[in-house]
Formats: sequence, structure tokens, C-alpha cells
Amino acid sequence: MISRILAAAAPEGAETPNPLLPADYDILWSSVVFVVLLVFFWFKVLPGFKRMLDERAQAIEGRLADAEAAQKAAEARTAEVEADKAQLRAESSSIREDARAEGAAILSELKQQAAKDADRLSETTKASLLAERDSAANALRGEIGALAIELASRIVGEKLDDDKVANRVVDEFIAELEGKKAK
Amino acid sequence: MLSALSLFKAEDGEFSPPSIFEFYPEIVAFADTPFAINRIMMIRLIVMVLLIVIFWLWTAKFNKAVKTGNVVPGRFQLLGELALNFVRKSIAHDQLGEKDGERFLPLLTTIFFMVFGMNITGVIPFANIAGTSVIGIPLVLAGVAYVTFIYAGTKKHGIRFFKNSLFPSGVPKPFYILVTPIELLSTFILRPVTLALRLLMNMIAGHLLLVLCFSATQFFFFQADGLMSLFGVGTLLFGFAFTLFEILVSVLQAYVFTLLTTVYIQLALADEH
Repeated sequence: MISRILAAAAPEGAETPNPLLPADYDILWSSVVFVVLLVFFWFKVLPGFKRMLDERAQAIEGRLADAEAAQKAAEARTAEVEADKAQLRAESSSIREDARAEGAAILSELKQQAAKDADRLSETTKASLLAERDSAANALRGEIGALAIELASRIVGEKLDDDKVANRVVDEFIAELEGKKAK
Repeated sequence: MLSALSLFKAEDGEFSPPSIFEFYPEIVAFADTPFAINRIMMIRLIVMVLLIVIFWLWTAKFNKAVKTGNVVPGRFQLLGELALNFVRKSIAHDQLGEKDGERFLPLLTTIFFMVFGMNITGVIPFANIAGTSVIGIPLVLAGVAYVTFIYAGTKKHGIRFFKNSLFPSGVPKPFYILVTPIELLSTFILRPVTLALRLLMNMIAGHLLLVLCFSATQFFFFQADGLMSLFGVGTLLFGFAFTLFEILVSVLQAYVFTLLTTVYIQLALADEH
């Protein structure tokens, strides 16, 4: 079809050049252009292009690695903080436990002390009560003696107040007793 | 379209249809030497310079990015990366794998951008003809592709490359009488020929179509009488559409040429044919 187009397109009478047969200058300039461009692309463009792509890949990888490292560091720090927190929590709870135990110990000690004090106090009180009772009993005994004598003297109708009379009664009583003995 | 063309020609002798001489403009320098320069050769040299300038600028950007450690490309740099990565990734790495892809990348990159640059001048105002529309470039590049895939095959498999290509394994021996000539023809003769002709004919036909559309528009608008000049609107629209189409063809032919070269290399490198 192409050749028909070409044949139809050719002016009549003129010698039709065959477009499939190259002229020498055509081949020459085509080759020159090709070689120049090949050398240019091979040694100038593509090495630069490749280096740029490599650099970029490296840079991106480097940045990714940096980001990863940063994330790891952050994670480590978080874990550290968490561990610290847990430790602090444990410590505080143990301190609380200790305080509670100490408080209980102090309380029981105080209780014991108080009980001891109470005991001692009651002992002392008891002793003083006894002493007082004894002295009261002694006093009573003396008074009761006097009262009994007074009562007896009233009953015998004689005054036994003064010692002389008492002594005389006693003497008379003794003498009476002696006399009875003598008979 | 051609018969219509000859009709107008018969009707009005002033209309000059595009001819094969479009592709043989007059020599402007060094006539009758192998260094002869005509308009198309000039276009090729200009395209070469432009390609070098733009890729030089891109390379400068890449080098600057390396030097400053900047990993975020600007718009211009990104465009260069897209262009180069298209050949590198979508063509070379996809077909050949990373290792062999990198080996043949300079050649493939050169072929792609050279073919594209030469093709696109077909629609660029004041150039208006593709640098690939004369057979020189298609022929040279097809020759390079041919040499390269044979080099790739013999480098890897030695003489076994030809044996594998011409006597494919798994075929009963008597069939070689039939298969071997076909393989010889398709692998070692038709491959470079089709590579060169596909590109050349696409560009020639594209150029002829555009010239036809626009010269017809010119004819209808300024030489035809009365209602006939309305046809000019149609041919102008066609010309516009074909211009867009030619842009597509420029990219597509560059892609196809590069891809086929890559596939031929890949087939030569493959262990079994």
C-alpha cells in the first residue's frame, strides 16, 4: 500500500527515488547522531541518573533506619519508665505494709504497757487499802477495848475510870483469888 | 483519498499533491560528498543538539541532587526521572530483568529518545518532517538492534545461540527441513527489516497524510471557488486530527522500536527458544 501511495504521489515523468535505498550522507548522519547520543546517554546521562537513584534509595533507607532507631529508643525509654513505676509502686506498697505493721506493733506495745500500768496501780491500791484497813482495825480494837471496859464498869456499877480504882479492883480480885486459894 | 486527489488534480492543475520528493529536499551543503546536508539532516542534527541540551540539564539536576543530598525532586527533575524510568523500568527491567536490563540500558535509552525525538519533528512547526522519515535512521538503528541481539545471544550461549535459534528443541528432526528456513528468515532477516520498515513507513505515511491534508486545505481555501472552499474546513479538521494522531504515533513507534529490540535481546538471552 505504501509503495502505491508513493507511486501515486510521485510526479509523472520524474525519476522516482526508492525510499528504501539509503543515500550515503543519510547513513552517515544517522550514524553520527546515533553514536553521539549513545555516548552521551551511556557516559553522561545514565551514570548520573543511576547515582542519583542510588543516593536517594540510600538516603531513604538511612532515614527509615533512623526512624526505626528512634522508635526503638522511645520504646526502651517507655519500658524503663514503666519498670520504674512498677518498682516505685512496689516500694510504696511495701513501705505502707511496714508502716502498718509498725503501727500495729506500737499499738500492742502500748496496750501491754497500759495493762501493766493498770496492774501495778491496782496492786498499790490494794496494798494501801489493806494497810488502811489494818490500821482501822487496830484503832477499832483499841476503842472497842475501852468501850468494853466502860460498858463492863457500868454493868458492875463502879467507876473504873481511873487507873487507881481499876488497879484496886484488880488487886482485890487477885487477893480474892489468893484468899480462896488459902482456904 | 488518492482517487479523490487525482480528481482534483484533473479538475484543477494548480493543486500539487505531496510527492516522494518531499523526502529529498535540496542539498544545502557539502553536495556530492557523504557529508551532504539537506533539510532533514539539519533537522536531525538540531534534534540531536536539543536532546543533548535537555538531558544535560536533567543530568545537572540529578548531580545537584546527589551533591546536596536532596531526595525530593522538583517538577523538571521529576519529568526527567519519569522519562528515563519509563525506558529503564517499563521496558528494560520488565523484559530483561534488572541485571541484563542495566547492561543494555544505554542502548535502549538512546534508541527510545532518538526515535522519539526524530519522530516528533514531523508535527513540530517549521520542521514539519520526521527525521526518521528517510531510511537512514531506521536502518542504522535496526542494524544496531540486529547486531546487539546477536551479540547478546552469542556472548551468553556461544555458537549454541545459532543452533538454538535455527533448530528449536522439541521439534521432530524431519521438521527441521521446514522449520529451519522459517526460523532463519524470521529471526535473522525479517526482524531487522520489519524494525526498519515499520518505523520508516509510519513516518512517511504520516508525513504524506499531513501534507495532503494541509495542502488540500490551502487549495480549497485559496484556489477553489465558491462552495468548494467549504471542503477546506473538513481537510483542516482532518489535518488537526492527524497531527494529534502523529504525536501518538511518534511515541508509539519509539516505544515499539525499543520494546522489540528489547524483546529480541531477551529472546537471545533466554535459555530455551
